[in-house]
Amino acid sequence: MISRIKALSQLNGISGDEDNVREWIISQIKDYCHYQVDNMGNLICFKKGLIIPSKRLMISAHMDEVGMIVTAVTEEGLLKFTTVGGIDQRVVIGRAVRLYRAGITGVIGTKAIHQQTESERKTPVKIEDMYIDIGAESKEEALNVIQLGDSISFIGDCFEFGDGCIQGKALDDRVGCAILIEMIQSKLKYDTYFTFVTQEEVGLRGGQTAAYNVEPDIAIVVEATTAADITDVPEHKQVCHLGKGAVIGFMDRSTIYNRELYDISYALGEKYEVACQTKTLVAGGNDAGAIQVSKGGVKTIAVSVPCRYLHSACCVMKTVDVQSTFKMVCLLAENLL
Amino acid sequence: MKSKEVLKHLCTSTGISGEETSVSEIALTYLKQYAQEAYIDEFNNVIGVIKKAEKNQPSILLDAHIDEIGMVVTYIDSNGFLRVSNCGGVDRRLLLGQQVTICAKQTIPGIIATLPPHLTGTEEKKVPDIDDILIDIGMSYQEAQKVVRLGDRVMIHSEFCDLLGSRISSKALDDRCGIVAILEALEQLKDKELHCGLTVLFSAQEETGERGAAIASYELNPDIALAVDVSFAHTPDARAHQCGKLGKGVMIGIAPTLNKKVYQKLIALAKAQQIPFQEEVMGGKTGTNADVIGVQHGGIQTGLLSIPLKYMHTPIEVIDINDLESVSNLLAQYILSFGGAK
Repeated sequence: MISRIKALSQLNGISGDEDNVREWIISQIKDYCHYQVDNMGNLICFKKGLIIPSKRLMISAHMDEVGMIVTAVTEEGLLKFTTVGGIDQRVVIGRAVRLYRAGITGVIGTKAIHQQTESERKTPVKIEDMYIDIGAESKEEALNVIQLGDSISFIGDCFEFGDGCIQGKALDDRVGCAILIEMIQSKLKYDTYFTFVTQEEVGLRGGQTAAYNVEPDIAIVVEATTAADITDVPEHKQVCHLGKGAVIGFMDRSTIYNRELYDISYALGEKYEVACQTKTLVAGGNDAGAIQVSKGGVKTIAVSVPCRYLHSACCVMKTVDVQSTFKMVCLLAENLL
Repeated sequence: MKSKEVLKHLCTSTGISGEETSVSEIALTYLKQYAQEAYIDEFNNVIGVIKKAEKNQPSILLDAHIDEIGMVVTYIDSNGFLRVSNCGGVDRRLLLGQQVTICAKQTIPGIIATLPPHLTGTEEKKVPDIDDILIDIGMSYQEAQKVVRLGDRVMIHSEFCDLLGSRISSKALDDRCGIVAILEALEQLKDKELHCGLTVLFSAQEETGERGAAIASYELNPDIALAVDVSFAHTPDARAHQCGKLGKGVMIGIAPTLNKKVYQKLIALAKAQQIPFQEEVMGGKTGTNADVIGVQHGGIQTGLLSIPLKYMHTPIEVIDINDLESVSNLLAQYILSFGGAK
């Protein structure tokens, strides 16, 4: 599982440009299920189980990651860009990024601290004032290698560190993809649909059409969710904690979760001793919001791995929580139908 | 000598001010190829005597600083997060969400904690004070205090990478590219008969107040010194008249604090030898080791050569390797100008 997460996190696939991720996932699942790709680029898989259930279950994770997109090139050969998905401007400046279609690296710089006024030193640089330097000396030189609309991803090694922690740029939501792949490669009790969806970070768009196409009765969204369990954050705003298990919330900014599924989840967690925790703040959102209202409505729950520093080049999670989340999703898949 | 490989070796090594040992030892091995005598002093300065001055010959000192900016661990909190202070001029605007390396007995990876946009309102998106920075090393207090000592240095992670053309990006190009420029000059001079004394200094603690160079230049007491550092290359967010240009050659320093005879000679040599150069005029001190070297003993005639660099004091500094070559060419020509070119 961990080596698969590492491989997935290193793939570059920002919203709307997820091809690299989808091709890799297909290489992992093609011998274990039937699959098709819909018009939104969603990968929809059907895996036979031992039993044909009376209801249809869909388990979903998103393939896309947040990133940036090239919007213009200046006369000096510098690239202007905007963000794709929600990114704090403060985690963009002063680092290298990857323009993965062209296969080149660029850097997002700033004038030296020596040349900044006292007020400039205290003011975050806005995205619209930043630019990417690829070393080009002119607009022509830059346009020889890049195109407007090129995707830009963070550069972030994926590795284990500290006490059972793992860091990577795209753990949100390649960890979900890894869990789904693991399930597809195993034997299942019930027939199940698995969807690897696109464009979650720009408005839950892939999940919407995937749910329309699959027409599930019940859906489980497998995600990475915000943990703010760091010193200086008040206890009630920490949301959830690394090391305390799968996160199953009652409500976030996109969804009020099905109470029946919520209660079943905690009962299963207790019965099978799988660590799980709720969220202590109504914040964030995920594909559950789009899937829940698909067609005549879908009973939906989200099971997430708690993750620090979401939407930066250095997302951090704990491997024990990945295991808890995997076990919880497997338990739900066997007990909800 | 392949300058880019040496530069990569030096840039990817660690040497934050006051803890330069690791990179000093690497620089020493390169310097030994050219020096009669080479050593590291008590202050982590690397010193190499290339040739002792004979009677009536001037003694020349070439200096570049070996330290880089970073942070220093000041506290481990009860949750295992590290608090830090800056070591040199750190730009706080770019710290959040950066991968860092704790230079403890073993190197330890960490991440500078930040809250995701899901949780931060616009009013909270400020530039943090250095005292508010938290480093996550994924450990509890009990584990952290076994492997991290207060005073350990912290370095922002960076990859040495090629950009288009002859441009490269890395941390610590300030001032490891100055060191490579001097090594390149020594390579050009190695079979030449020199008519001056020549000593090389890779100095410690420039970023915390030009301290290594002050100590070493007092000890070495040359007649003439040339400091080699980096200076601002223009970017759109800076004022053009306060910057040089990347790729347009060595920046020759002109300032009240620099010796007029020295910089006039450097300019004349660059013109005569057709070495691309730019004049950099400063109104007082230069902010480099030249300031402190110039006032040792009864005064040392000091000049300053700079390599234009973009994004100074960030993990993604950028230089054009051709500018480094123009510095080494001018250094070699200056040494040869005392006679003995063969």
